[in-house]
Amino acid sequence: MQAPTGPYRKALSDVIGFLVRRLANYIVLCLVATFLAFALASLTFDPIGILMQRNPPPPDAVIQAKRVDLMLDQPIPQRFLSWLGGVVQGDFGQTVAGHPITDELGRRIGVSLRLFLLGVTIGVICGVVLGVVSAIRQYKLTDHVATLFSFVILSIPVFVLGTLLKQPAQAFNDLIGSNYLQTLGEATPGFQGTWFESLGDRLRYLIVPTLTIALGQIAFYSRYQRSAMLDVLGSDFLRTAQAKGLTRRRALFKHGLRTALIPMATLFAFGFGLLITGGTFTERIFGWYGMGDWLISGVTAQDTNVVATVTLFIAVLVLISGWLSDVLYAALDPRVRV
Amino acid sequence: MTAADLMFDGPTPEVDGPVLKVDDLRVSFPSESGRVRAVRGLSYEVAPGEVLGIVGESGSGKSVSSLAVMGLLPAQARVSGSIRFRGKELLGLGDTELSRIRGRRISMVFQDPLSALTPVYTVGDQIAEALLTHGKGRVSKQQANNRAVELLDLVGIPNAAQRAKAFPHEFSGGMRQRAVIAIAIANDPDLIIADEPTTALDVTVQAQVLEVLKTAQEVTGAGIVIITHDLGVVAGFADRLMVMYAGRAVETGPVDEVYPHPRMPYTLGLLGSIPRLDADEKQPLVPIEGQPPSLVELPPGCPFAPRCPMAVEACTTAEPPLAEVAPGHHAACIRSDEIAGTDADAAEVYGVDVVEEPPIAAVPREQRETVLEVQDLVKAYPLTKGSVFKRTIGSVRAVDGISFDIRTGETLGLVGESGCGKTTTLMEILGLEKLQSGRIAVLGKETTALDRTARKAIRRDMQVVFQDPMAALDPRMPISDILAEPMQVHGYSQAQIDARVPELLDLVGLRREHADRYPAEFSGGQRQRIGIARALALEPRLIVLDEPVSALDVSIQAGVINLLDELKAKLGLSYLFVAHDLSVVRHIADRVAVMYLGKIIEIGSVEKVFGAPEHPYTQALLSAIPIPDPVVERRRERIILTGDLPSPANPPQGCRFHTRCFKFAALPEAQRALCLDQEPDLDGAGDHRAACHYAESRAVV
Repeated sequence: MQAPTGPYRKALSDVIGFLVRRLANYIVLCLVATFLAFALASLTFDPIGILMQRNPPPPDAVIQAKRVDLMLDQPIPQRFLSWLGGVVQGDFGQTVAGHPITDELGRRIGVSLRLFLLGVTIGVICGVVLGVVSAIRQYKLTDHVATLFSFVILSIPVFVLGTLLKQPAQAFNDLIGSNYLQTLGEATPGFQGTWFESLGDRLRYLIVPTLTIALGQIAFYSRYQRSAMLDVLGSDFLRTAQAKGLTRRRALFKHGLRTALIPMATLFAFGFGLLITGGTFTERIFGWYGMGDWLISGVTAQDTNVVATVTLFIAVLVLISGWLSDVLYAALDPRVRV
Repeated sequence: MTAADLMFDGPTPEVDGPVLKVDDLRVSFPSESGRVRAVRGLSYEVAPGEVLGIVGESGSGKSVSSLAVMGLLPAQARVSGSIRFRGKELLGLGDTELSRIRGRRISMVFQDPLSALTPVYTVGDQIAEALLTHGKGRVSKQQANNRAVELLDLVGIPNAAQRAKAFPHEFSGGMRQRAVIAIAIANDPDLIIADEPTTALDVTVQAQVLEVLKTAQEVTGAGIVIITHDLGVVAGFADRLMVMYAGRAVETGPVDEVYPHPRMPYTLGLLGSIPRLDADEKQPLVPIEGQPPSLVELPPGCPFAPRCPMAVEACTTAEPPLAEVAPGHHAACIRSDEIAGTDADAAEVYGVDVVEEPPIAAVPREQRETVLEVQDLVKAYPLTKGSVFKRTIGSVRAVDGISFDIRTGETLGLVGESGCGKTTTLMEILGLEKLQSGRIAVLGKETTALDRTARKAIRRDMQVVFQDPMAALDPRMPISDILAEPMQVHGYSQAQIDARVPELLDLVGLRREHADRYPAEFSGGQRQRIGIARALALEPRLIVLDEPVSALDVSIQAGVINLLDELKAKLGLSYLFVAHDLSVVRHIADRVAVMYLGKIIEIGSVEKVFGAPEHPYTQALLSAIPIPDPVVERRRERIILTGDLPSPANPPQGCRFHTRCFKFAALPEAQRALCLDQEPDLDGAGDHRAACHYAESRAVV
């Protein structure tokens, strides 16, 4: 590629301007999403109720102090603004139990992202490959098997799939005669070793949960990639490419797949939502203390700040994936670069 | 050493004999009702540098046979016979071996230029790819890119170096087809197969593209196989003609021989079914009754026999072989000698009646009632920007102040290329809504002033027939319901409806007993007849026809045109006939209005506008239409317009046509100022008016 010049440089700056404007819109959307989650949680949660159920009941003074501490005496917008003020300075408030959220946040995000990013990468790549193979071998055995696989996976809820996957993992362990595949936690507690050994240890815990998430993603992307590829297979330009002297295989990859990837860019934003739902349950099932797990325990503990924090995190992720979709789309399809 | 020299792997061995020799080619596809035998024993040859035209209606196997030559048929196709290219057998070669020949020795131009280029690569890259694929190691990327620009220049893309960097969507249809031709000639092939290369294009662009193909042939010296349904294109372009029917060749021969002396009734019918631009007086068209046979189970005998007016007992026993009837001229008909003997004319053989002129035609048009009057009609679409706060940044004046009227018993043809505003005009007339500007009166009633009841009453007098007969009928309604619907809406009693439906079917030449069938059981031509019957149900005075025959094959089209002619005479109808096909308009219309960029630039009687056009655009339009007669067609002087239609959002200043006008280009500097500064008015002596400052009549047909 040569460096962009002339009108192309202008086009490039237009694209960048567009993406920057998009990003600004997203910040507003993040705020709206978080406010809604915050308001909804505040309206329904009753952390004091939990406190009162203790036996023996705590004294009134303690309850009052807690009420003030949690700012329950103030209107919801006020509480949101004061929480948001903290967030801007990097302070996400405290849990109901009184621990600072910020302390735990980094570690939990690390745990979740490890799972999400691996799951989505494997899911997209394998899904696209499977979809392309299905399309090229339409109505052959490979296609039928891939179709069956996708529909079975798509119809099983993630929490069932995760639990089911523990069985073959156990069978694998029995087969090799060691507990290589771990299905609880994210690392061996108190594991000591070099950086490399520690990575190996984490991998043992990572395989089955990642597979749980990736399978759903593979099933999702392969179905859409298959139909996008089928559209392209019948297209005139593929015929032109072959008439030019490209072999069928080269025409399929250089002209066909490249064009069939375009609709996938849009889907990426949708697929990410599916991923996060899956991730939440997967973390819970495999005992990972990530963001998804936190959301569920936050709800159990009637903790508004935790729920709002996790919501903000999810909103940011979803919008980043939407933004990536736009970037990918513009990169793949010259027709939208206007 | 230039890039062009690198394209060869040494001198091409001079082999005598044909470039391409197809022998007993058979292609079949599996389908739910059995194997479709799309090509059944086809044999032909193409000599070096020769142009062979293959003509046939949809489903005759003409495209399938050429895809077989390229080895581009889908995997489930079964192919047998022999395809020899310069003596080398192509059938049975693997994809890798074929790909070495495809694009280098044989190349192809496809029908739809809009989808023939990969949307994600630049045009220049796609042309260069053709060179790089076949010149691995010998052609550098830089050389290929340079050559791609040269090729784009050769096919007439202005500013080629810069345009090579554009993506296909930034090219117009005509430019894309030029780019596809550039790809086809990139490696200096021995044979170019062009499959309906101009069907999807407007006539003036078609003329440009055919010119480019001719240049391409002169440059490469390649043999060309041009596949088309347009006998006019073949007449001017091809040396030899092959007519296909039901998967076989039924007649072949030099064009100079076949056009004047067809020896197979099908060819005769095809030639007679085309409305001719150069017809002096109104001759009836020859419709070929029935429809092509199903290729799943062909009965024995000549496949054309069921539609043939000359069929005798012997025709149904065996399929006649292609036999030589004159030197180089073959026909597959047992009665070909009789056709030659009588030198019969198609109308006579097919027994077509001449439609009687209705009595109203004798009344001068000034004394007839005005059915439709359009005055200074304007329709502008705003161009907006932004999504939340929409702001108008300009407007597209799709229709920019047009006026015309239609009198009783008259047909006005509204013609122009795509994007000229003819469909918008029609929608404004049909809408009966409030107008942005101007006035429309139907039967003397102004549409703007109507209330609901009055509007409904007018709809009764003005009906419409749409372009696509497949999409215009509800597939879930039997045709009796389709025909009854307008009458129910207008409050006819059930008894009236029951009486009227069979009447309507009779009127359009369908059988009464088919009333309970569904649209899917009818062919395209029959469906269009149903559409016409529906329009007639309420006994309207005016029928608006939106490209009513452009989706039909020529032989079917002739039947529908004849029907329209007949109904007009019988029922005293008036038509507003919107079309891009000027030959059809010449045949059916009494008056014609030519539109360009939202304005009428010439209007008048058919005899005047076609016989002595005054506006340069009309002249170019008419000269671009091929005439199905090789002698006439080759003698004609063709006016080739340069460039594409300017954007209607930003029409040129002064005369809108000056950017493409050949007359403007030839004017001395002093006289050009008028065209640049002042928009010409539509004026002229009497009924025939043209909007040109330097209007002068010129015979171009």
